Amino acid sequence: MLLQKLKRLEQRYWRAMSTNLNTSTTMSSTDTSSRFYVLEAHPENGSLLGFWLYLMSDCLIFACLFAAYAVLGHNYAAGPSGADLFNLPIVALNTALLLLSSITYGFAMLQMQKKDLEKTVKWLAITGLLGAGFIFFELSEFSELIADGAGPGRSGFLTSFFALVGTHGLHVSFGIIWLVTLIFQLKKHGLTTENKRRLMCLSLFWHFLDVVWIGVFTFLYLMGVLS
Amino acid sequence: MFANLNLTQLIFGRLTLESIPYHEPILLATFVIVALGGIAFLGSMTYFKLWGPFWRDWMTSIDHKRIGIMYIVLGIIMMLRGVADALLMRAQQALSFGDSVGFLPPHHYDQLFTVHGVIMIFFVAMPFVTGLMNYVVPLQIGARDVAFPFLNNFSFWMTAYGAVLVMISLFVGEFGRTGWLAYPPLSGILASPDVGVDYWIWALQIAGVGTLLSGINLIVTIIKMRAPGMTMMKMPVFTWTALCTNILIVMAFPVLTAVLAMLSLDRYVGTNFFTNDLGGNAMMYVNLIWIWGHPEVYILVLPIFGVFSEVVSTFSGKRLFGYTSMVYATVVITILSYLVWLHHFFTMGSGASVNSFFGITTMIISIPTGAKMFNWLFTMYRGRIRFELPMLWTIAFMITFVIGGMTGVLLAVPAADFVLHNSLFLIAHFHNVIIGGVVFGSLAGITYWFPKAFGFKLERFWGMCSFWLWTIGFYLAFMPLYVLGLMGVTRRLSHFEDPTLQIWFIVAAVGAVMIFLGIVCFVIQIVVSIMRRESLKDVTGDPWNARTLEWSTSSPPPDYNFAFTPKVYELDAWADMKKQGYVRPETGFRAIHMPKNTAAGFAIASFSSACAFGLIWHMWLLVILSFVATLVAVIAHTFNYKRDYYIPADVVAKTEAARTALLASHVH
Repeated sequence: MLLQKLKRLEQRYWRAMSTNLNTSTTMSSTDTSSRFYVLEAHPENGSLLGFWLYLMSDCLIFACLFAAYAVLGHNYAAGPSGADLFNLPIVALNTALLLLSSITYGFAMLQMQKKDLEKTVKWLAITGLLGAGFIFFELSEFSELIADGAGPGRSGFLTSFFALVGTHGLHVSFGIIWLVTLIFQLKKHGLTTENKRRLMCLSLFWHFLDVVWIGVFTFLYLMGVLS
Repeated sequence: MFANLNLTQLIFGRLTLESIPYHEPILLATFVIVALGGIAFLGSMTYFKLWGPFWRDWMTSIDHKRIGIMYIVLGIIMMLRGVADALLMRAQQALSFGDSVGFLPPHHYDQLFTVHGVIMIFFVAMPFVTGLMNYVVPLQIGARDVAFPFLNNFSFWMTAYGAVLVMISLFVGEFGRTGWLAYPPLSGILASPDVGVDYWIWALQIAGVGTLLSGINLIVTIIKMRAPGMTMMKMPVFTWTALCTNILIVMAFPVLTAVLAMLSLDRYVGTNFFTNDLGGNAMMYVNLIWIWGHPEVYILVLPIFGVFSEVVSTFSGKRLFGYTSMVYATVVITILSYLVWLHHFFTMGSGASVNSFFGITTMIISIPTGAKMFNWLFTMYRGRIRFELPMLWTIAFMITFVIGGMTGVLLAVPAADFVLHNSLFLIAHFHNVIIGGVVFGSLAGITYWFPKAFGFKLERFWGMCSFWLWTIGFYLAFMPLYVLGLMGVTRRLSHFEDPTLQIWFIVAAVGAVMIFLGIVCFVIQIVVSIMRRESLKDVTGDPWNARTLEWSTSSPPPDYNFAFTPKVYELDAWADMKKQGYVRPETGFRAIHMPKNTAAGFAIASFSSACAFGLIWHMWLLVILSFVATLVAVIAHTFNYKRDYYIPADVVAKTEAARTALLASHVH
């Protein structure tokens, strides 16, 4: 669904570009030299490309943390392993919360397409709450681990575990701050082009964090419990 | 870490009066010089009432041209510091033999070689390269600015604040004593408990964020904002190399961010990424830092290859030989630069197979680089070469860089590297390619585009002095290091026992002094050129009879760069326009849509740097306050929806009419 929407957006963008190009060509063909554009050839929306690039750079930070986990993940230093520590039902609940929040963000985007400001904001708020729930469970997991003496300084395994899960959690937290900010901006300015672009970028960010979480869930938790 | 907090500690952290090194005469003298210079600067700014214009036109400016100039000024200032450090080291090594211990205690000497490397790479070479790309790329592709002008301003200030943090470390506390890449466990909290490594971490972290964002910015600019008709294979070579460089930046700098974050966690939170015990792995640090570090080398040199391509074709009066192969060579180098990082630590015991793989990939890089070299040679072949200053730098580069490249291939042989690893041979090699490549190229680029930026050429006599002092000084300073390296002298030593080595170090010191004089001449050249700007004036906008679009507009270009967006039909668009008898439009101007200046970038960068300073000194109150301030400033900035304005048509018309008059007054 989202993919289609992306595609549609992209098509519209290219159509806009090509009409822009045509008008300008005809305009300047009246000019003898045809060496320049009379109309502004404004590049539309570099933001999405820029944001994609940012996401990919962020992805590399996660890649480094995954690599660190691959190197250190079995260095228990005579301490607890994943099988001793992880409480999979809670993690499953957490995963469900985050994946659900991606769907609700998708609903918000659909409402944005329908130009329904109120429902967009409503779905965004639900998304934010689900994200907050995720953070809550994650923090309680962290505090339990630390209370049990399995803090980030205990072993190479726990260092890389906390760093990866913590970095992801930090991203979700900043995503929630961004989301709240955006709700205020939507209420103030409505579904303007700028706000739609921001919604689109946050959408990318939110789904990206989901994808990263699936990696975290698989490689850290599921495979960690296996060993 | 949080135990026994009291108010003084909350505010000042571990900063005490003892942290100020007033008992070290060298530092004190430096501080007095810097302070006097600073007071003179601040005083004259106030006296001539320049703060207002400086704030409005420069600090808050989001004009890519002004930001580009600021980057290069930052680079020149930091180069003076970096060279001063180099001179101190050269003097120490020339004196400290046998019974004499020289004048620098090891504690200070170790900081010097660390800070010299950090400054020269991050705050000299990077600002030069980023500055040139910032200034030239939008003009070369016929754009009005970069894709994200506000981010551009923010990136600059982050880089500048990184430099400021390094400078502060000179007088408040100390810098790292770990070498420029701060390998753990030496850089860990056990071996380096003081602030030195923290200064290193946060200066690089702050500057790294700026670099990453400017990388994203320029990629989007090049992909999205090219003038109509400029397909990828009609892009000027400099823009191509800028594109590849920025792709490298976006793919490499996150790794630096991550590895610095891991090292900070080890130091601040007590994690075990790189520790010796509890399952840490210091080798991982070395791998990660070089996965960033090796592409970084190409980040520096690729745009410089672009500069040379522009210079060679302009001053040979021909289009570049082998444009397509040049582009492909650049792309191949971009890819290969990710497959060679392990050659920096062949001796760490990865085994013969791994070492051979990385040795071979390293040698393969010399093929596209060699192709470039031949392209430049064939461009010059049967061209009408004008030996202007940029061209002289280019020729010096071609000779010097080939020598440096060949010693690089020698080092790429793992068996040879076991002998030469961390010897002065290595030091000679990378100075050979970085000075011969990046520095000569930056100077060529600055001399080449100076008239575009300021409307007058750089004066030739002092430029020639600078050129010859630099070139001869370079060979005197670094050829002895090859010899010493082959004799087994290792790097980073502050004292030697064998007196037969001393003569080589004295020769190297003489070379270093010549390089310093070369820099002095460069500064004199700029001052003399400013004084004689009327006679050096460029009225045409195209003083070198060049080939790419930036020369089609006036010198200096108007705020909007081009009154009309040019259309591109051929490679070397401006050469094509001149050939076809292009007539500059003099009527029909329209209002031009432009981004508005903002103080947000400066503010956000200031707050986050204050946060970094607090983190260095464990001033937790400052950390919390400035972190919140950063967040608030970012959010406040997003509430600003009025970020653009229009330059009215009559202002454009007036600006263009002035240029018409100027052109008409100088018809020959």
